[in-house]
Amino acid sequence: MPQGLKAREARLAFWMLLPTFSIVIAIVILPVIANFWIAFKPIQLGDLRPPRPAVRESVRAQPAAVGEALVVRYRVQNRTDNPITWARIEDALPPGLTPAELPEACRVQGAKIVCELASGLEPGQTVNLTLRFTAGPAYFAAGAPYPRDTRPAVESRAPNPILARPFTLDNFRAVLSDPDFWPMLKVTLAYTVFGTVLSILLGLFAAQLLSPPFAGRQVLRGLFLFPYVAPVIAVAFTWVFLLDPFAGTINALLLKYGFVHDPIPFLSQRYWPVQFFGMTVQVPLALTMVILFEGWRYFPFAFLFILARLQAIPSELYEAARVDGAGIWASFRFVTLPQVVGILATLFLLRFIWTFNKFDDIFLLTGGAAGTETITIKVYDFAFARANLGQGAAQAVVLFAILALFLIVYFRYAPKGEV
Amino acid sequence: MALVLTLLVGLSAALASLGSVSLLLVLWGGLKTVFPLDAALAGGLLLGGLAWALARRRRLGSLPMVLAGIGLALVWALTAGGDPYRLGLGAFWNGLAPLTAGGLAGLAAAYGLREVRLERPDSEAWELVGLRLLRGAAFLVFVFMVVFPFWAMVAASLKPRAEFLADPANLGLPLSVFSEGFWPGLKKMLVGYREVLVTFKFLRYIGNTAFVSISTMFITLALAVLGAYAVARLEFRGRALMERAILLTYMFPAIVLAIPLYTIFTQLGLRDNLIGLIIVYLAQTLPVALYMLRSYFETIPASLEEAGLIDGCSRFEVIWRITLPLALPALASVGLYVFMIAWNEFLFAFMFLDTPELFTLSRGMVGLNSQEVPRQFLMAGAVIVTVPIMILFFWFEKYLVGGLTAGGVKG
Repeated sequence: MPQGLKAREARLAFWMLLPTFSIVIAIVILPVIANFWIAFKPIQLGDLRPPRPAVRESVRAQPAAVGEALVVRYRVQNRTDNPITWARIEDALPPGLTPAELPEACRVQGAKIVCELASGLEPGQTVNLTLRFTAGPAYFAAGAPYPRDTRPAVESRAPNPILARPFTLDNFRAVLSDPDFWPMLKVTLAYTVFGTVLSILLGLFAAQLLSPPFAGRQVLRGLFLFPYVAPVIAVAFTWVFLLDPFAGTINALLLKYGFVHDPIPFLSQRYWPVQFFGMTVQVPLALTMVILFEGWRYFPFAFLFILARLQAIPSELYEAARVDGAGIWASFRFVTLPQVVGILATLFLLRFIWTFNKFDDIFLLTGGAAGTETITIKVYDFAFARANLGQGAAQAVVLFAILALFLIVYFRYAPKGEV
Repeated sequence: MALVLTLLVGLSAALASLGSVSLLLVLWGGLKTVFPLDAALAGGLLLGGLAWALARRRRLGSLPMVLAGIGLALVWALTAGGDPYRLGLGAFWNGLAPLTAGGLAGLAAAYGLREVRLERPDSEAWELVGLRLLRGAAFLVFVFMVVFPFWAMVAASLKPRAEFLADPANLGLPLSVFSEGFWPGLKKMLVGYREVLVTFKFLRYIGNTAFVSISTMFITLALAVLGAYAVARLEFRGRALMERAILLTYMFPAIVLAIPLYTIFTQLGLRDNLIGLIIVYLAQTLPVALYMLRSYFETIPASLEEAGLIDGCSRFEVIWRITLPLALPALASVGLYVFMIAWNEFLFAFMFLDTPELFTLSRGMVGLNSQEVPRQFLMAGAVIVTVPIMILFFWFEKYLVGGLTAGGVKG
């Protein structure tokens, strides 16, 4: 290819990829960097409101006749936790008023009062600006307007707290010394591993079920995808509704058939004692339910991929196995399994990462209560429930680090060529 | 050995059939009933024995087995005073339930033993029958598991609170409303939908969600077509690296982006804003859409485009006139996939939107999940969120499945 054409192609490719790149950089890459930044800053949710002074105007003296005084006071307050470096207040000046005594910050400019606080306001600081005017005849000719009828316009400048606050390790200290840190990691691991394995196993079963052709197979395949394509909020709320201890269908069924004597609070109880050969085992109830939901909702994903793989296996392989005297189990074990093991490994990796990253499902089912608090729920809890963005971001960094560790270990030790 | 095999099949068939009928009676009829374990065990053994006896004479057919099942059920019904399921309805219904169950059990047993050589069952026969039993059970479990919640969602959305609380196990339709005539009855049944759509402003939320999803879909398609074409056809440095980077963004946890995006969007005034939401959805769908389209473009022979280039078309004319028409199936797959992601998205809609006028359906649903709102309305809302996706899904199943397998919808 000629050199000029090549350069032109590269330039064209650049312009065609630019929009995608800009969006991904702006919405994925930069935020991740910003997350690291915030993790090292003591920032609360409230700091996101730009620090603005609150201004209250009051009329201290209202003139009754020409020559009397009109006194206006502006009470300027910084009610935020962040400094304001500069503020300016502008208000309309009724006609016929001559300034008698103005604070240093204020001046009359045409038909306006302008006050400028050049040195700003510290957090919690209040400045009172009292302005004294003498009323002339023009004031009364204009109908003696009440100064509070016009609202003061306020402008201010303040450093962005996200940039201005000092760097600190406090957020990480808070996150790592949280008493729930290790239990939360255990819950996350259990949820991720069991949820992943369950959804893949169910998917494998379902794919085996639908792999030989029969009437109605297409309809069933569509049906089996339902849990996966339906909006998470709809299916999660449906299961919450079905599992309700007082008015839920599942408990009503169990009671009706006499399997239990008291309703089971499936999603709100941490442990459920189960009699097992005379021993009482404490089963983590809510966590189990959440894992079952995970298996139910995501088995179609595994099902779809495994089914596609199963249908691509040449039937000669099975015939050859039959000729060799392999039974059904043997042909599954020695023909099917080796063919799907690659896709199973890929599915395991994908589902493992996505389950680890999963937030919506547990948040909607239990809100992280009753021993189902995973690391993503914890991020939300720190940042929004406790309104501490810095700690939430620090928790997110921990999440990120664990994820990176998984990926490194996986790509280091996984058999090559599977992914 | 043959007897053991037939007994096993008979037992499984009877347990599954009698149990399923019982469950359906409870779920749809709202009836007080029992799980007839004793009858299932006894009947199953008898059915198995009968199959063994029948199979000694000649090949086992379905009809004799069904008749045998009905016969056994008849005996069961008579010994239990005509109402073995303890339904307490008229004689017709009381009798119909066990007879149906018995017939089904016979049919299932006949299917389980079909074409099995019962004279001398070898290990292959055992495996075959075992597999059939497993498949049968798995079918029941999977179909129930998938259909049940969706059926429950619809049924509960049609039922007034009092009627539901009277028997939460009953997921049948509240047909009693039709006693006042068809139209008033229908109106009464759909009251939850009217409330949710009008009082809870879901009509507006449907509009917002459609706006966000459709905008996301078209913008993603347009940008992804450009990017995918560049990666598939044009030569430039760093192409391989870029593909890796695209896949990597696929692994990014949304919650890690949530805090910084919340912070930045709040400060930029983009947070409580549908445009801001669309931008986030673009970032979530673009990489996968680009990846999927690129794979498809690579299957289109480049020679077709070269012909166009030689005829004097510009690159963009070639894309518009040659590549896109050929890639229509892939565009449909990717478009549907993007639409689905945007429609179903919860986290960012939940965090970003504060103004009720801007709510998407996912965000609006949160407001229905409260103690003050009847569960009927919550379920009606769930149906409203789900139905458009389901309609699309059934219309375009072929494309959507293609999209799902090609991209592996993140979820």
